[in-house]
Amino acid sequence: MFGTLAFVVVSSPGWPRFQASFLNAELFWEALPKVVAKFWVNVQLFLISEVLILVFGLVLAVLRSLPGPVFFPLRLLATVYVDVFRALPGLLVIFMLGFGVPALRIEGVPKDPFVWAVVALTLLYSAYVSEVYRAGIESVHPSQEAAARSLGLSRWQGLRYVVLPQAVRRVIPPLLNDFIGLQKDTVLVSTIGLVEVFRQTQVLQAANFNFTPYLATALVFLVVTIPLARLTDWLLRREKERRVGGVMRASLPQPGERGVGGAM
Amino acid sequence: MTGTVDGAALRIEGLWKSFGQLEVLRGIDLEVAEHEVIALIGASGSGKSTLLRCINLIEPIDAGRITIEGEEITARGIKVDRIRRRIGIVFQAFNLFPHMNVIDNVTLAPRKVLGQSKAVAERDAEALLERFGLADKARDYPDRLSGGQQQRVAIVRALAMQPDLLLLDEVTSALDPELVAEVLNVIRELAAGGMTMLIATHEMGFARDIASRVCFLDGGRILEQGPPAQIFSAPREARTRQFLNRIIEAGRL
Ligand SMILES: Nc1ncnc2c1ncn2[C@@H]1O[C@H](COP(=O)(O)OP(=O)(O)OP(=O)(O)O)[C@@H](O)[C@H]1O
Ligand SMILES: [Mg+2]
Repeated sequence: MFGTLAFVVVSSPGWPRFQASFLNAELFWEALPKVVAKFWVNVQLFLISEVLILVFGLVLAVLRSLPGPVFFPLRLLATVYVDVFRALPGLLVIFMLGFGVPALRIEGVPKDPFVWAVVALTLLYSAYVSEVYRAGIESVHPSQEAAARSLGLSRWQGLRYVVLPQAVRRVIPPLLNDFIGLQKDTVLVSTIGLVEVFRQTQVLQAANFNFTPYLATALVFLVVTIPLARLTDWLLRREKERRVGGVMRASLPQPGERGVGGAM
Repeated sequence: MTGTVDGAALRIEGLWKSFGQLEVLRGIDLEVAEHEVIALIGASGSGKSTLLRCINLIEPIDAGRITIEGEEITARGIKVDRIRRRIGIVFQAFNLFPHMNVIDNVTLAPRKVLGQSKAVAERDAEALLERFGLADKARDYPDRLSGGQQQRVAIVRALAMQPDLLLLDEVTSALDPELVAEVLNVIRELAAGGMTMLIATHEMGFARDIASRVCFLDGGRILEQGPPAQIFSAPREARTRQFLNRIIEAGRL
């Protein structure tokens, strides 16, 4: 099946042209170090945004799970936020922040596209991540909170020491899933003039009239993303085994040792 | 009643509680003296759990007053966390924290609520675990333990806060028969040690054994109460007799 497909492709009339403009070995080796160098920008983008997203997403999720009429305004605010940022196309938000805000020329507001890239990715992904957290919080049985409160723990302490540690542990695999998406979406910010891996690739392509640099970039993403996907799968499987077989207890961390930031 | 007005460990006056249309508690009056052990009996749905949850302020009440050692805990503006520290409650379903080992389950509240140091909290917790035959389980996670062990840990967790009053809600109902005795023995020991307790239970033999007073809940009220010998041998109310007869038929007395 695969062989047949390969044969069809290789014997196609456009193959020699394709080979020359997409699979140029010399160009590949020339492009790779440059691409990798700029990929570092994406890695920084990813790492900084990720930390901010984990924190902001958790804040949103906690706001949305506050009970009672007193917290209604906060709940509403968080809900509207999540709805809006999940509805907007990511590229649009990146454009508006990356071009729009610097164009206002407000004193003291940074013009660096890197800053606006981080802000845009954080705003966008926090909305998704807060939903993941919220599902985790809701999956912890209310009797757990009741038990915590009955011991005299405050609502906040119950959340901090009893509900959140259980919730976060359960949602680590879906969180990792979102971060695979984030990793790839870092290339979107090339559109606001940040020279990162995708922009660099475009430059190389234009200079050589050859698409091979894209192959190098694709490879870099595969090398980084696939292990993350494997890790996610492994964690999911382990979580399932733990629920079914009751194993792996020894590897559970101590309470308080692992905050949200440490969960990643 | 048994306790004097000021010395009452717990006093409940005219407590009403409904869920929507359903009136579960319809004017409960109860006074519990220090060191008393009260057994709450009554049919399923008669409101035993609801009463205990109201005392622990887990459920807001509709009307009435609850006073603990002279302090009205149902007063407006009272800090519920401060009250709950003084009242331990143990649930039918244990409700241990599954992500913490036994010692952390027991020391969480003393450390975070009472501000004890880890060393002090663990020393006290280990002493309690030792006393209830759980010394070698301190570092285990709850899902490693048998139901009886889990329930004993839950009791130890409540005791670690040194409550003035302990509420036990059918703590043996979720256990296999052969595990019931170990938990009942713990409660016996607590009673012997003078702990003031309110125990909702279907174990009539146990209630007869341990309670200083038995209260029969029916129709949202305490229909009849008295020493176990009287309630179980010579109940005055027809409803109480009916209830006990059903229990005897079911072979639970
Ligand atoms: N949170 C709730 N919302 C609505 N109804 C409730 C709630 N909790 C209890 N009830 C109802 O109140 C009544 C009394 O319940 P409760 O659990 O106090 O009875 P119980 O005496 O403890 O019964 P059991 O012996 O089965 O444990 C039941 O009809 C129950 O369905
Ligand atoms: Mg009950």
